[in-house]
Amino acid sequence: MGSSKRVLVTGLSTYWGGRLAQALERDPEIDVIIGVDSENPTRELERTEFVRVGTQHALLRRIVQAAEIDTVVDTRLVVDSATTSSRAAHENNVIGTMNILAACSGPDCNVRKLVFKSSAHFYGTEQDDPAFFTEAMGRPHPPTTLIERDIVEAEAAVNEYAEQNPETTVTLLRCTNVLGPDVRTTHTALFSLPAVPMILGFDPRYQFVHEDDVVGALAHSLRGDLPGVYNVAADGVLALSEVVGLLGKPYLPILPPWGTGLAATLLKRAGLNLPPEMLSQLRFGRGLDNRKLKAMGFQYRYTSRETVIKLAEHLRLAPILRGAREPFTYEREVEDFLRWSPHVRGSVPRGERVPRRAPEPVATPEPQAPPEPEPIAVEEPQAAGPPVEHYDDLEAEEVISLLGSLEASDLEALLEYEREREARAAILTAIEAILSRRAMGSRP
Amino acid sequence: MAERARTSLSPEGPAGTDNGGDERHLPVPHRDDLRRHLPGVEPERQLTDWGRSERIEGIFDNTLGNFFYRYWFRCEVEGIENVPATGGAMLVSNHSGALPPDAAMIGKAVKEEHPHPRPVNITVEHFFKGYPGFSMLIPKLGCVAAHPANVHRLLYDEEQLVLVFPEGRKGTEKLYKNRYRLRRFGRGGFVEAAMRARAPIVPVCVVGAEEAAPIFAHLSPLQKVTGLIYAPLTPTFPHFGLLGMLGYLPAKFHIRFLDPIHFDDEDLHLDKSLVQTVAHDIRAKIQQNLFEMLEERESVWF
Repeated sequence: MGSSKRVLVTGLSTYWGGRLAQALERDPEIDVIIGVDSENPTRELERTEFVRVGTQHALLRRIVQAAEIDTVVDTRLVVDSATTSSRAAHENNVIGTMNILAACSGPDCNVRKLVFKSSAHFYGTEQDDPAFFTEAMGRPHPPTTLIERDIVEAEAAVNEYAEQNPETTVTLLRCTNVLGPDVRTTHTALFSLPAVPMILGFDPRYQFVHEDDVVGALAHSLRGDLPGVYNVAADGVLALSEVVGLLGKPYLPILPPWGTGLAATLLKRAGLNLPPEMLSQLRFGRGLDNRKLKAMGFQYRYTSRETVIKLAEHLRLAPILRGAREPFTYEREVEDFLRWSPHVRGSVPRGERVPRRAPEPVATPEPQAPPEPEPIAVEEPQAAGPPVEHYDDLEAEEVISLLGSLEASDLEALLEYEREREARAAILTAIEAILSRRAMGSRP
Repeated sequence: MAERARTSLSPEGPAGTDNGGDERHLPVPHRDDLRRHLPGVEPERQLTDWGRSERIEGIFDNTLGNFFYRYWFRCEVEGIENVPATGGAMLVSNHSGALPPDAAMIGKAVKEEHPHPRPVNITVEHFFKGYPGFSMLIPKLGCVAAHPANVHRLLYDEEQLVLVFPEGRKGTEKLYKNRYRLRRFGRGGFVEAAMRARAPIVPVCVVGAEEAAPIFAHLSPLQKVTGLIYAPLTPTFPHFGLLGMLGYLPAKFHIRFLDPIHFDDEDLHLDKSLVQTVAHDIRAKIQQNLFEMLEERESVWF
């Protein structure tokens, strides 16, 4: 069926739902983005419409029918048992998936594509695992942890759906451990510790994928047709000792090889949560064969090693950036006003927010929105040269250390310049943070 | 192969068969296509994706490896030219010794004697992955778990050398009185793997390892207590502790690489009787060469 036009994102308020919606908003090919979740969105969205609804299939079905949704993206799977109780995770992963699948099946259904974000926990981690799991391999052993059982059950439901709806393209993405400056997982928490705990005598193999690549893979499966299961994992499998070395931290083999579960329970009391699926990864590790998705035309931006380096950069900057950016709070009235009021004039910066979209007029097909007015005149950013000599040779951290001494106008020019060139996330965030702090300070 | 319902999620589904926009006329098999997408080498890294560490392997190679290869076992190698210089190939050898020295010596022989030295991937029991210490060290030295998928990836996709011991544990467990009598060659899985990857098999005979690390008896109570795969009684184990496993006697090693056996046709591995026949032939060939080598040997030690 090709490219998607009218997309429903379930789990909009999860990290992945929000990130995907933001990515889809930039794609002029996509006409309608509707997001549902039982919680308010956690990310600022421009044209995504949010409906606050859980996974009640009757309600979802009405939305799917009314909006003539052709593509459903399910990003809501809980893959980290430390985030919720096991009961809530089961409710969400198994029952929720069933309901969503029920909502997009039936004789009069328009849904032609279903993208389901799953996890490499589907494969589990055992002693006799192959070094690289391919998509065709099932689990060698039945699931041992609750979260793995949930994921296997959810995938079975998706599989069944695919069999019963042969005219629907079903894409299942099994993502390995995600790292990145923005996403929060138990592994980013583990690597943020001053020293990384390991199991004595084990140095497991670890493969990662950058958060942007996961969003990219989800968006990629909307652009083309990718029927089947795909592993999402960056190139390169690292040893944990290598990861810890890249992070520049000492490692701490404090977990005993025998009675690891007991030690983990004690550590949990002390405030360090190592869920069971993570413990088995810390023991045996896991590698995935990522070639099938690459063969379908997807290109990863980062290797596993580069992903870890990105995280390391972020962890070094974290103390500087802490609290610089206010968390987004969703206000229904404001969002409704911005979307539907005839007085809102296109991409006017809201509050102190720097316009995220580039000022060149993208023909955004928004059926209900008023015609887009001319873009606000911004000083020609392309003309601005680098404000600092040899700017391009500087490392992200060196640039950030210079930022404090610059004027606001210079900062804006630099922001544009950086965006045009390398768009290093750390620099962009730092400039935006300084600008917003100054704007706050100048207000009475 | 079993008929499988062609659902859109089945592994051999339509995803692999059409590679949209390929300029070649012949339909490219999915597996061939995937070889182009192997991850590239990152020169900054010291480890491979399998966990092999150049640095740690080098340290071992320069110390223990050199010492045992040159001075302790004084390895003598014949037929090294039978190991192909390029492409995947499977080395199949007899196996013996409590902590088998033959694997390391075959790897070292390829490295030392071959005109194009290549790393040898040694397949080991996955037992080691679950045992602390071993689990860290074994992959760093170039050992991979003996999983069919691992062997296939190494042989077919990465075109490397893989060393397998079809006797497996039965070979290393055998007592001194049964020396140089080959055990059953598994279920022929190694032949199947080589045929599937269309990689040649190079049979290898090692003489000397049986005398270097003889096993006189098995201490099953000790094995139960320690959780090791076996607890042999050797000249130095268990009374010198785990390091006693490395206490090899200075037997003279002879390593002979035999003519490679090629499998060029596709789908040979589906013929189970052919697989068994080839496995049996290879076993017979190694056994016969072992007896010849023993006949020629005048002394165990020199």
